[in-house]
Amino acid sequence: MGNTLFEKIWESHIVVEKQNEPALIYIDRHLVHEVTSPQAFDGLRMNNRQVRRPDLTIATMDHNVPTSNRSLPILDQTSAVQIKTLENNCKDFGIKLFDINSPNQGIVHVIGPQLGITLPGSTIVCGDSHTSTHGAFGALALGIGTSEVEHVLASQTLWLEKPKTFEVRVEGKRNNPHAVTAKDIILSIIKNIGTAGGTGTVIEYRGEGITDLSMDQRMTICNMSIEGGARAGLIAPDEKTFDYLRGREYTPKNYETLVDSWKENLKTDSDATFDKKFILNINDIAPQVSWGTNPGMTCDVDEPIPSPDKFSNGDVNQKKGAEKALEYMDLKSGTMIEDIKIDRVFIGSCTNARLEDLIESSKIVQGEKVASNVNAMVVPGSQMVKKQAEEMGLDKIFIDANFEWREAGCSMCLGMNPDILSPGERCASTSNRNFEGRQGNGGRTHLVSPVMAAAAAINGHFVDVRKLDLK
Amino acid sequence: MKPFQNVKSIVTPLDKVNVDTDQIIPKQFLKLVQKSGFGKFLFYNWRYDENENLKSDFVLNDSKYDGSKILVAGDNFGCGSSREHAVWALDDYGFSVIISSSFADIFFSNCFKNGILPISLESKMVEKLLRNTNSIEVDLKNQLIKTSSENISFEINSHKKKILLEGLDDIAQTFQFEDKISEFEEKSTIPSVL
Repeated sequence: MGNTLFEKIWESHIVVEKQNEPALIYIDRHLVHEVTSPQAFDGLRMNNRQVRRPDLTIATMDHNVPTSNRSLPILDQTSAVQIKTLENNCKDFGIKLFDINSPNQGIVHVIGPQLGITLPGSTIVCGDSHTSTHGAFGALALGIGTSEVEHVLASQTLWLEKPKTFEVRVEGKRNNPHAVTAKDIILSIIKNIGTAGGTGTVIEYRGEGITDLSMDQRMTICNMSIEGGARAGLIAPDEKTFDYLRGREYTPKNYETLVDSWKENLKTDSDATFDKKFILNINDIAPQVSWGTNPGMTCDVDEPIPSPDKFSNGDVNQKKGAEKALEYMDLKSGTMIEDIKIDRVFIGSCTNARLEDLIESSKIVQGEKVASNVNAMVVPGSQMVKKQAEEMGLDKIFIDANFEWREAGCSMCLGMNPDILSPGERCASTSNRNFEGRQGNGGRTHLVSPVMAAAAAINGHFVDVRKLDLK
Repeated sequence: MKPFQNVKSIVTPLDKVNVDTDQIIPKQFLKLVQKSGFGKFLFYNWRYDENENLKSDFVLNDSKYDGSKILVAGDNFGCGSSREHAVWALDDYGFSVIISSSFADIFFSNCFKNGILPISLESKMVEKLLRNTNSIEVDLKNQLIKTSSENISFEINSHKKKILLEGLDDIAQTFQFEDKISEFEEKSTIPSVL
C-alpha cells in the first residue's frame, strides 16, 4: 500500500522510533517570535544549554509590535521588554533576527515563505498555532508550546505522536473566484467538520479546488487548519510552489536539484489511504461570515443567522454554546447577515495580509470612501508586502478611501499591541479567530475574506460581494 | 518537573464547550517573560468585571470551590492559540488535573510538559463529574478516578504516564539520543537557512 504525503515527510524525519511511543522527529526549520520564546531561552540558560542549530533557526518580532510610526519608542513597557528580550536572546545564542527595523520584518508565517526559508518536504515548527500556514508548500508545519520551543532549540528535535491522516478534498470550480475566495473555502470546511473535526490529524487538502489556488490563497487554507482542530494542514507542492520559492533571498543554492527530488517524492501515492475523509464541492459556495464566537459558527452571506437549535443539531452543549455566542455578539437568530452594521474593519493577519489579499481588496476600495461610521485599517503581513503594495500604488487607494495604512505585524488579529477593539465594537476582520475578547475585551469579531471586509468598510454593513462586478 | 502525586479534591465544574486558550489567559498577560504568576489572570474576562471586581456568577469565584485541584469542562478544551501560558495559569492557580471529553492537541501536549494531567472521558462521564459535589481522588498509577460511588478508569499513553509519574526532564531524555541526532544530521538533505 502507498503512503500519503504526510507519511513520507514523517518517515524521512524519524530520528528515533519505538513501538507505541512517540517518535523523535528532526526539525528542519525553527521560527521564533517574541511572545512564546523568552521562557524557553531562560530554560536553556538555567541548564547551561546551547542552541543546537542556530543555522536552522530564525526570529522576528510580530505579535506585540506597534504598527504605527516605527521611529517612535514603544510606549507599552511590557511589550518593549519582550522585544528587547528577544533581541538579547538572539544575540546571546547566535540566532538570525529580523528586528523591528528590518525590511524583512513581518508576521513570522508571512516572512518564512517570502524569504524562501519555508521549503517543501521539510519539518517546520514555531511557538504559534498558525505555523500550519507553511503546509501550503508541502511542509509538515506544526505549532508548538514554549517547552517544545526550548526542546527544539536545545536538540533540533521533538517527541511527537504520529497524527492520523485526514483527506479534505475540494472539488469543483467557483463561478466567481474574485468574490468567493480561499477564505470562504476554509471557513466552509470548518463549518462542516467543526472546530474539533481535525483533532489528532494532519489534513491534506487535495482536488481541483485546491490546485487551482495561488500560493497566497493556499496559505490562507493551510493557515486555518488549526481552527478545524488539526495538528497541521498541507498541500502537495507543484509548479506554482516551485516557482514561488525560486530566487528568493534565502532559497538554497542547490534549489533545482531539490526541486527534482521534490517532484519525484512529495506526493500522496495513488493507492494510499487516509484515516478520515471529507469532500467539499465549491461550485455553488457563497462568501462566508462568522456570526458567533468560534470559527465553526459561520454561515453564508445571504443566509439569516441560524437558531441555536438548528446550529446545534440536537447537541445540548453546542446549543448552549450558540446561545451564549449570540448573547456575546449581541445578535439574534433570523437576522440577515447583510443587515449587520459594523464599526471597524481589519484587513491583516497571517491568514489574509499577503500581497494578493491587498490587491483583491483594493479593487473594491478604489474610488470609494469608507462609510462615515466605520474605522478601517490595513496592516500588511510583512514590510516586504507593504513595500510591494506601495510600489503598485495600493497604499494610495486605501489611504484615499480613508483606510489607515500601517506597518507590518499581527496587530488586531489578537490585540497584543495598541490595535484593539473597544467593548461592544463590531469588526469585519480578515483574521482567523472570533473568540470572545480576542480583538479586545468585549469586542465582537466577524471573520470574512479581504474582499468582504473591504465591501463592509465601504458600505458600513456586510454586502454579498457576488453582487459587485469583480474581476 | 515535579513528579505527579495522587490528587484528592472537590471538582470545579466549568460547564462550557470549546473553552479556548484566549479565555484561559487573555493576550494582555502574554507579555511577561517568566513562567510564574499567571494564576491571578486565569479566566480573567470571566472572573473579573471591568473594574476588576470578582464576578459573582463565575464558578471560580464561588468559595465552595476554593482549593480545588481538579477542573472539569466540556468538549474541545484548550482550543486555539498554542500559548503555554494557559497551562502555566491553570497550574499556578492550583489545578493539577483537567477532565474533559476532548482536548485540543497543542494544549494537551503542553500539559505534560508542566506536570498537569489532562484526562479524556466519555461525555456522559464528564456530565456526571460536572454534577459531582463530593471530593474525588485521581490515581494516575492505577488510572482511576475514585468518586464516593464508583471508580472510573481512564486511558493514558504509557510514555506520557511515565513522564508525569517520574517528573522527567524531556530534554535530558532526548540528549541520550545525541548520537542518533548527529547521525541524522549527516544524511539530512535540507540545507541550512544561513
